[in-house]
Amino acid sequence: RALTGSVAGTGEGAPSTSRVFVVRRDQDIYIQTLRKLFNESHGIFMGLQRSEEELAGKSRKAQLVQVSKNYRSVIRACMEDMHQAAISTRDPALQGQYSTQVSILSAMELIWNLCEILFVEAAAAGPLLLRLLDWVRLHVCDVDSMVREVLSSENPSKHKLFWNVVDIFVLQGRMDEARHLLSKEASANPTSMNMYKILDDLMKKMPVPSLGNTQTLTELELKWQHWHEECQRYLQDGTFASNPHMESICKVLLGDEDAILEKKELMTTWYHFLVTRLLYSHPTVKPMELRFYAQSSMDLFLGGESSPEPLDMILMAAFEFEMHQVIKECSIVLSNWWFVAHLTDLLDHCKLLQSHNLYFGSNMREFLLLEYASGLFSHHSLWQLGVDYFDHCPQYGRVYLELHIERIPLSTEQKALKVLRICEQRQMHEQVRSICKIMAMKALRNNRLGSALSWSIRAKDAAFATLISDRFLKDYCERGCFSDLDLIDNLGPSMLLSDRLTFLGKYREFHRLYGEKRFPEAARLLLTLMTAHIAPCSFWMTLLTDALPLLEQKEVIFSAEQTYELMRCLEDLTAGNPDKQKFQDDDVETTKVEMLRLALARNLARVIVKEGTVEGS
Amino acid sequence: VWDKSENGDWHCTASWKTHSGSVWRVTWAHPEFGQVLASCSFDRTAAVWEEIVGESNDKLRGQSHWVKRTTLVDSRTSVTDVKFAPKHMGLMLATCSADGVVRIYEAPDVMNLSQWSLQHEISCKLSCSCISWNPSSSRAHSPMIAVGSDDNSPNILAKVQIYEYNENTRKYAKAEALMTVTDPVHDIAFAPNLGRSFHILAVATKDVRIFTLKPLRKEVTSSGGLTKFEIHIVAQFDNHNSQVWRVSWNITGTVLASSGDDGCVRLWKANYMDNWKCTGILKGNGSPVNGSSQQGIFNASLGSANTSLQNSLNGSSASRYFFPPLDSPRAGSRWSSHAQLLPPPPLIEQSCDADTANLQYPHPRRRCVSRPLNLLPENEGV
Repeated sequence: RALTGSVAGTGEGAPSTSRVFVVRRDQDIYIQTLRKLFNESHGIFMGLQRSEEELAGKSRKAQLVQVSKNYRSVIRACMEDMHQAAISTRDPALQGQYSTQVSILSAMELIWNLCEILFVEAAAAGPLLLRLLDWVRLHVCDVDSMVREVLSSENPSKHKLFWNVVDIFVLQGRMDEARHLLSKEASANPTSMNMYKILDDLMKKMPVPSLGNTQTLTELELKWQHWHEECQRYLQDGTFASNPHMESICKVLLGDEDAILEKKELMTTWYHFLVTRLLYSHPTVKPMELRFYAQSSMDLFLGGESSPEPLDMILMAAFEFEMHQVIKECSIVLSNWWFVAHLTDLLDHCKLLQSHNLYFGSNMREFLLLEYASGLFSHHSLWQLGVDYFDHCPQYGRVYLELHIERIPLSTEQKALKVLRICEQRQMHEQVRSICKIMAMKALRNNRLGSALSWSIRAKDAAFATLISDRFLKDYCERGCFSDLDLIDNLGPSMLLSDRLTFLGKYREFHRLYGEKRFPEAARLLLTLMTAHIAPCSFWMTLLTDALPLLEQKEVIFSAEQTYELMRCLEDLTAGNPDKQKFQDDDVETTKVEMLRLALARNLARVIVKEGTVEGS
Repeated sequence: VWDKSENGDWHCTASWKTHSGSVWRVTWAHPEFGQVLASCSFDRTAAVWEEIVGESNDKLRGQSHWVKRTTLVDSRTSVTDVKFAPKHMGLMLATCSADGVVRIYEAPDVMNLSQWSLQHEISCKLSCSCISWNPSSSRAHSPMIAVGSDDNSPNILAKVQIYEYNENTRKYAKAEALMTVTDPVHDIAFAPNLGRSFHILAVATKDVRIFTLKPLRKEVTSSGGLTKFEIHIVAQFDNHNSQVWRVSWNITGTVLASSGDDGCVRLWKANYMDNWKCTGILKGNGSPVNGSSQQGIFNASLGSANTSLQNSLNGSSASRYFFPPLDSPRAGSRWSSHAQLLPPPPLIEQSCDADTANLQYPHPRRRCVSRPLNLLPENEGV
């Protein structure tokens, strides 16, 4: 089931023996023409999940039937696209592929349509036959070309396939069309006028179930009995003896199996045969009776020449109302879970599936939806549809989503943000944290400190935020300026995530204040950074050094009290420093300390004078 | 190391010789820790590597640089496997060696990959070939590691051992041994835990085996709780018909891949009735075996070509789940013969003038179109 993908060789460009192969399954999701199928069915699926169950009985059923029809119309639309693709391509291989896919889609629609009739609509005896007739007419079109040929010929009744076409109409219960054709034959052959009139009349009078409640089944059956007997009489009287074609038609009307089977080639399938049989022998067939007719029809039709094929078995299971069997067979035969997942979900909404307690999902519906959605996740954009499907799998949906969403390649920031939004909406905190961490790490490795910081803030990862803040500060110490000023300036409340981050933000604020020449405020802030222990000890020296220009302004900025504080800080720093040795040996450090002491002392002197002086107004 | 470019192609971006013996395994750390690899070798060492973002020129030339952050030299014999622990345990890895010692290392500072400390040394008594961490981050599960042995000497000792971390003693202790696995084990893998209470373990030995380990209530002994497990074998496949060398799980632990000396990779999956079966066979170059079709949307699931198979363990003939491979059109089958003999489908030749309200497409049973739902189409070339 896995299909070959690209091949990886060894590097350097020279084609060498490949040793690593990349294989991918579920290639279907990459087929462009199927996109519409996946996208639109997703919309229908979501609508169904959200649809109100307040509606009961008939309205609910009508609603579900509509959903089923919508799915089918999506399948047909897809077939149309696929067909267009097939006829417009010049590549014979592609042509073949597309045609096969059209066939398969057609089979799917055939199966779905039958399931809609039997399970969703649960057509009762009477309407059941009409629905089945529609179904057959819609799906058996092998004979269309023949029909067209005859109808469009100059003299249809002379056409060699004329009677075939009449037979087709009769077999499909298309009485009006049959009668219309027959009338042409009658006008061409006046001698058979009598026979024709009788046959025409019989065909006109044939009782059929109606959709409205205009008659009960019993009434219908009664009428039908009478009519059947009338046909019988005409046949036995030899009315049609001179025209074998008409006689054969009369036999068909009487439900004569052999007569119907003679026209095997015109029906092409056993289920067409089944419906024709029912039409002419048991039009009031009940749903539960279908299985017997179906089995015998298949046996009679195949006649031991050929054995049933997968499609036959699926349809048979449907006629037997073995829903689970239908789903199982379809799962085996179809490699993509699309069909069974959506059909099963619909049947589940019709409350038709019993829950088995399963290991992989609480019931078959969930199992299939999980499979389908998982398949979508390997696609670079269809995965977003998968999210919604997981949301509607109550037992394992969430954990599947957690596992899958972590594996989506975060190739761009936009994608990462998209994924994040999905996680945040669902309170998947661990995944949010993880994704942000991964993005932060990536940014950090690429030295994009601003991006790394943003991601850690989003992840609420205090430890990482601290680490990155340290890097920022280190950068500043080395280069004398900050990078990503915008980000740091606009931290807002997220500044509080970590102490180091707070310090970074505040320190930057200090620089801003200084740049705006708001010296007293800057001074106050600087001091607070140390006294409130927001600044790490390692940074105090830098801060004190930053204080120097403030101390050496013409105007006195630091108050006496502040100056004492600064001095205390300096002493704390030099005295309590374990690397006292280092301090003493390092000339630069010693010089700095000396300068600071001097500047502080000078400031103190000036400020004492200033504060002691009574200012003139 | 290969990187995938924007257009989906894989390129080898780094290749370097470093170990002085065969490199047995490589493994990735979780991307939360950056781009980090570990390797282990016959040369008795394991190493941790980190990708360094180089000059932008390198990126353009498609080259990446990897630096060795640390070499773990504690082992006195070939180091046969190295695996990072699940990320919720921090930056931790385990190695196992041919002399039966499993070592667990931790990097306390995740930003400093050069500092690793040896936290545990576990003596398994049998030569080790593989290890697997239990990925479950549930608080109900203690850290757990499975160790496989390829010890070849004739004995019936269990070749799979499960070690669990004991919170009280702060040590790893043996919690279980799979007594039914007595042949050399080449690979072992815990499946991702979907919030289940029990664990699933795949073992590559002379065949593919899947076990479930259900924790029973912890026995309160003097050394504090050690979990006891109820062990069941839920699948056993000998399709490779030879030694199975590797097993690997998909993201959700629903598909297992195995590779063997038959040169094939096989994929195993549990159906919705919880029976494991083969869902695909690939040759060494990735191409499917037995022509499981590549075309069309819906190909039949061929599954195992060996219908002769199986698996008494799985009870019912798995053939019920598969269709027998179609080697040639079955005599009498309308489809096959027609599909082969008739000219190309008229579908293409005729213009489609059907109105959309009544789209009529060639009925799937149409003789001229190749079998839609049928298995195995055209053996190419037939």
